[in-house]
Amino acid sequence: MKAKGLLIGIGLAATLALPSQAEDAVEIGMITTLSGPAGYLGQDIRDAFQLAIDMEGGTLGGVPVELKVEDDGLNPGKGREIAEGFIQNDGIKLLTGIVFSNVAMAVVPEVLDGGDFYVSPNAGPSPLAGKGCDQNYFVVSWQNDALHEPAGVAASDAGYKTAYVLAPNYQAGKDAIAGFKRTFTGEIVGETYTPLGQTDFASAMAEIRAAAPDVVYEFYPGGMGIAFLKQYSQAGLTGQIPLVLSEPSLDAVILKAVGDAAVGVQLTSHWNEDFDNASNKAFVAAWKEAYPDRPMTTYASQGYDTALLIASALNAAGSPENEDAFREALRKAEFESVRGAFKFGANQHPIQDWYLLKIEAGADGSATTTTQKKLLSDYGDPYMSQCKM
Amino acid sequence: MRQPVAILLALVVLAVLPTLAAWAGSPATVPLATRILIYGIAAASLNFALGYGGMISFGHAAFFGIGGYVVAILFTHWFNEAPIFGLIPGTNQLLITLPLAIVVSGLFAAAIGALSLRTGGVQFIMITLAFAQMLFFLFVSLKAYGGEDGLSMRRPDAFLGLNLRDRPTMYYLTLVITVLFFAGLRRLVRSSFGTVLDGIRQNERRMEALGIATYRHKLFAFILSGMGVGMAGALMANAMRYVSPDMMHWSRSGELMIMVILGGTGTLLGPLYGAAALLLLETWLAGWTEHWSLGEGLVLLAVVMFSRGGLIALLRRRT
Amino acid sequence: MILIIEQILNGLQYGVMLFLLAAGLTLIFGIMGVINLAHGSLYMVGAYAGTWFAALTGSFWLGLPAALIAAALAGAALELLVIRRLYHRSHLDQVLATFAIILIANESITLLFGRQPVFTLLPEAFSGSVELLPGLFYPAYRLLIIVAGLLVALGLSLLITRTRIGMLVRAGATNREMVRVMGVDIRMLYTAVFGLGALLAGLAGYLTGPISAVQVGMGEHILLPAFVVVVIGGTGSIRGAFVAGITLGVIDTCLRAFLPDLLNLMMPVAQADALGLGISSMGIYLLMAIVLLIRPKGLFPVGAT
Repeated sequence: MKAKGLLIGIGLAATLALPSQAEDAVEIGMITTLSGPAGYLGQDIRDAFQLAIDMEGGTLGGVPVELKVEDDGLNPGKGREIAEGFIQNDGIKLLTGIVFSNVAMAVVPEVLDGGDFYVSPNAGPSPLAGKGCDQNYFVVSWQNDALHEPAGVAASDAGYKTAYVLAPNYQAGKDAIAGFKRTFTGEIVGETYTPLGQTDFASAMAEIRAAAPDVVYEFYPGGMGIAFLKQYSQAGLTGQIPLVLSEPSLDAVILKAVGDAAVGVQLTSHWNEDFDNASNKAFVAAWKEAYPDRPMTTYASQGYDTALLIASALNAAGSPENEDAFREALRKAEFESVRGAFKFGANQHPIQDWYLLKIEAGADGSATTTTQKKLLSDYGDPYMSQCKM
Repeated sequence: MRQPVAILLALVVLAVLPTLAAWAGSPATVPLATRILIYGIAAASLNFALGYGGMISFGHAAFFGIGGYVVAILFTHWFNEAPIFGLIPGTNQLLITLPLAIVVSGLFAAAIGALSLRTGGVQFIMITLAFAQMLFFLFVSLKAYGGEDGLSMRRPDAFLGLNLRDRPTMYYLTLVITVLFFAGLRRLVRSSFGTVLDGIRQNERRMEALGIATYRHKLFAFILSGMGVGMAGALMANAMRYVSPDMMHWSRSGELMIMVILGGTGTLLGPLYGAAALLLLETWLAGWTEHWSLGEGLVLLAVVMFSRGGLIALLRRRT
Repeated sequence: MILIIEQILNGLQYGVMLFLLAAGLTLIFGIMGVINLAHGSLYMVGAYAGTWFAALTGSFWLGLPAALIAAALAGAALELLVIRRLYHRSHLDQVLATFAIILIANESITLLFGRQPVFTLLPEAFSGSVELLPGLFYPAYRLLIIVAGLLVALGLSLLITRTRIGMLVRAGATNREMVRVMGVDIRMLYTAVFGLGALLAGLAGYLTGPISAVQVGMGEHILLPAFVVVVIGGTGSIRGAFVAGITLGVIDTCLRAFLPDLLNLMMPVAQADALGLGISSMGIYLLMAIVLLIRPKGLFPVGAT
């Protein structure tokens, strides 16, 4: 019976981590979603980040780094657990990688309260962008609202007078619709929220047809987006009622899974594979060599940009241990972003350009995304003025 | 007679754990141990309904979430100085929030249990799941409390001037509550009520024939079980300073069941061992490979195929 | 009016899908007394295997047998290796074991096919819409699913009522012990039934590919509704699964489509939307709770389990 008493003690002792090796390398903790249907988002962010390290020969900004990655499984509690392990056991001061806002909301305040750094390659929830902003919190991707406002601008620009909007019934979905509505000048003739994870949009298709709007805007990332676009095409709506989307609803992976059913769709994004700048060309070439079979998503571009930003700060400050110098260097954002112009606003969220993209039938028969024009220049987000630092 | 010695030994190990962890350079072990204890309470409470009462509930995560939300909602209203419905003031006093979380979970358990216990077998499993799903969707659509994104608490509740933000302090508080909880559970299981419950599980008809109101006994056990899980949820809200509908997702109910089965159904301490085993396994595997769920699946499958009665049975066989 | 017909067709199509999954689940539960949480994994295996083979050969129709064979083999293997040892165990052990299978299946598929959802072929002839009534356009592929599902239901009912194996199945669902005592080789029957259930799940998974996404974890979304169908229909009853599946499919779809508008007549838009969505998400669970409170054994109870 003694074994029984000792069980917990032994079990806990077994998890006591070994002291971190390679004392000179700066460790970066990446918490990201690798399992489940959304696993490809985290995978792209991680692989692009690691790619940037590999391209520099194991360093970022000349400083040797070691990337530690753990899967949060889209579970906020799990993300928190990993963060505690990284920070307390491994003494990591710089974290990144979270894909989803709900995981970020559980993890990021904890990181910031301990005085450590968090650089977001994806989620940019509004509570952390306005009053809740923090000097050690940087978002490289976009603020959640800003991601969707360009789509409203694009739809208005194209002269559409009436719009039908759809999204899953959760916070990010409602934020997306709110963002689109804020900038769309026409009339919203229909608004549908579907349960999160639902992939049958048949009833919505019927209602869209009945409402006969000029344009449809939907926010369905990942598998939901694949299902929506297929069903839109099967319902005979593709070509009849145009779609204007924001990037996550039709990323490169969705496009590959949907194929020709998406030709003609317009979307707004801050990055596309065909951007003509040196940094992007180097990134595209390296990715194609490392992962010839995997389409390039904006998630990958954001992971890569995050690594480049951290590289610029490490180059200036040497280590996140030099907190003030590191923070200053991050703020300056002196790196060659793959999306071209990039700087931080007062809340340390990006001020960047947004572009209109279009899905076209490619030369080799597979659909590709091509950049049409610049839609918005130096665009920030609505929360910048609320941030007092 | 060696059992008290073993338990005393375990308590000593648990008492010096924060010191041990600090000495070994692994302070994150402390919050991990806190979570293990909290899940241990939740799993043991579920086990009271499931292992002792024979009621296979697939919806206990609902009570876990409700306990958590009671704490977080009261905190939010206190923090924003906005009374609930303009009437009930919020609070951050653990001495109020914790008992309230227990009571509210108990009320929900009473309602759900009263309806669900009209069925049995697989229907009972599914109807408890159904109620939990309804609550899950309710909280997902409650925008005022964060919806899917959940609710953050900037600070944990206040309790006797202790700083619960300090991890060892939170751990010791949880440890004390855990010890009291299991002492109480032990008394309950060995009480005449526990004996009757055991009898109902083994042969409900015979107990009925003996003139015992089985429905009322089962319902009472279900309520107590829900209250225990609710308390664990309230503790979790304080330990994590964050709640979300994810706490009531059906896979969380499944996880609690797995902890119970893994440790040993119908045993007092088995669920605690199950919680420890599952969380440690996940932490260890996830740190080792990104394909951790494959490993976890294989281990769980092996446990169920080759051991009957969970870890506690393995341990007993050994000694 | 056209909208209503269209939504009922949509409900029918969803109901048929639910039936294909629930049929296997209800047989496995009714005859072997096993709660198989891994049924959704068989659905996923069918979808992946069929889609992979279809992409390889460039033909949707060649993918179909591949999906059926792969799912049936996976199901039979699952029965032989794991489930067989669990017949005499409690429901709890079955839940734990089949939950472990879900984890293993999801991660194995990730390792084999990667994390990206895969591209699915749509049969050329069924890629557009058909005008059923003047002004009523309906996707041809969804009609195909409805017809296929109804044919399977018909075939299954003939199999159950007219053949020897069907007789054994019915007997097994009514009184498991008796069939064993009568000297029937119950082991073969179990493996066959499990394989059949898996085949139906694989069929559903493959058919759903072109309208939905073939991705890891796709089975978990539909697993819970399928279980709801089994319980409402009465465990072990194919007829119950059919009636409950179709009813639930139609009710669920119509709630989603019409409830917000209906509530809108009584209250402001924002509230109506929120409430309507909440109720329609809870819809099937609410319905199950109500049915079980009135008829604790479901609509078509079969013998004693």
